[in-house]
Amino acid sequence: MAKLPITLQFNGGAELLFDNKKLHNVELISEHREWTIGKLLIWIKENLLKERPELFLQDESVRPGILVLVNDVDWELMDTVNYKIQPSDRIVFISTLHGG
Amino acid sequence: MQYFYILEFLYRKERMTSKDEISELKDEILELKTLLKQKEKRLKELINSSENCPYSTQLSCQEISRYSRHMLIPQIGMKGQIAMKQSSVLIIGLGGLGCPAALYLAAAGIGTITFVDYDEVEITNFNRQILHAEDNINVSKVESACDMLQANSNTLQNLFDKNKYDVVLDGSDNVATRYLLNDMCVLNQVPLVSGSALQMEGQLTVYNFEDGPCYRCLFPIPPPPDTVTNCGDGGVLGAVTGVIGALQALETIKILTKADNVMSGRLLIFDASSTTFLNVKLRKKQETCDVCGLKPKITQLIDYEQFCGSKAHDKVIDINILTEVENICVKELATLEKESVIIDVRPKIEYEICKLPNTINIPYTYFKDNKNSEDITKTLLSFRSKTSRVFFICRRGNDSQRTEASMLILSLLILHFPFTEKKTPEIEQDRDCL
Repeated sequence: MAKLPITLQFNGGAELLFDNKKLHNVELISEHREWTIGKLLIWIKENLLKERPELFLQDESVRPGILVLVNDVDWELMDTVNYKIQPSDRIVFISTLHGG
Repeated sequence: MQYFYILEFLYRKERMTSKDEISELKDEILELKTLLKQKEKRLKELINSSENCPYSTQLSCQEISRYSRHMLIPQIGMKGQIAMKQSSVLIIGLGGLGCPAALYLAAAGIGTITFVDYDEVEITNFNRQILHAEDNINVSKVESACDMLQANSNTLQNLFDKNKYDVVLDGSDNVATRYLLNDMCVLNQVPLVSGSALQMEGQLTVYNFEDGPCYRCLFPIPPPPDTVTNCGDGGVLGAVTGVIGALQALETIKILTKADNVMSGRLLIFDASSTTFLNVKLRKKQETCDVCGLKPKITQLIDYEQFCGSKAHDKVIDINILTEVENICVKELATLEKESVIIDVRPKIEYEICKLPNTINIPYTYFKDNKNSEDITKTLLSFRSKTSRVFFICRRGNDSQRTEASMLILSLLILHFPFTEKKTPEIEQDRDCL
């Protein structure tokens, strides 16, 4: 089974849902299938998320107020949940801040 | 016995004298300050009226010297400096972001800066809100900032009706105000320089500039209110707001001087814990956007508190989910303390700042997690030999109420504690000391 190594990063407070750890180097197992961010979100929920999934996910996407970046680009420019993950991709989930 | 009375009398007398002297000194200082301000204002008027530069019609001699180090930069020059002098900037929020931004913009020679803030100066502001002087506690932040920048303050109403701003700088601290400012800027076609910060992180971008997105293009739906942490709860490092506030001033200057590469369509993410900046590419203006899209649904300002489901300030709202008899004030608690078990449900980091003696720290988050209920039952049972009373205490009296409410739901615990009188004390006086 081929492995798909990627880096996940959580910022802006989103890391609190992941044991307060910002950087996660993970290996997805590809099994002849392609990994999309949509599938990755389910994988994160089942494998990484430590508490309260509703603070991270909503309706098969991320909840309002979280921005997803693929290799430093807004996922809106990369077909959002349908983006096909490539080896060594860095996917950042950033919760927007409102304090000042 | 008599000796004691004498001592106490002397002590009281001493205290009265120093109290009188303090208020006398305060009055005297206030009077002197007012006089000083008048004199400084007059001096400034005299200096400014007598220094027309024979070689420039638009800048005075003093201005040319004062801004020379800016004007020597090719990207700014004489043209940029004059543009700044003729421009008008609106700063919303004179907090951690607004203070450094205002300082740099005032120092750069922006012609008119308008400040908006509903709040007053508090002691908790001083770690980051560097414009406010310590003796301005309880003074409005706008007045306090004008004080420091030696500016005249006038009260403005109907901001956009009678005034034209070249840039709006968002240094606010809540979601509702951020949506309001976004819509206001789109409807009035003004770029919005947005900054935000929390704990050790900061974010910066420019909305509504050329073909770049607005706040609603990125976030059409506001975040659920319980996912938003404010500075009063999470904390924020002063140097972090300083970095972001200074960058907001920088982007403002770039827009005013028509520089290239404004932070529009990009987001800067500053992580102070690793001193790293991430500069990411954002989507363009969205055709489907409710306010700046092709068919906008929002053509005038709406009720933003209702839209966001949260208030347009970052103060914590006190909840009231228990009945009066289930509450106890902290002074009353002090008289009962010895025969009771007091559980402090604040986060560990707050418990370490200050705590009452003989209390046990079990954070609310631990109670909240259902999988801990067996552990909690065991812990509470272990107190049974000592007491029949359990009290919950916290910083604002909110989490202690929530804890108690969650305990009431776990009927198992109620059975084990047939005589438990659960009460929720509030630390009234210490409410803002953390």
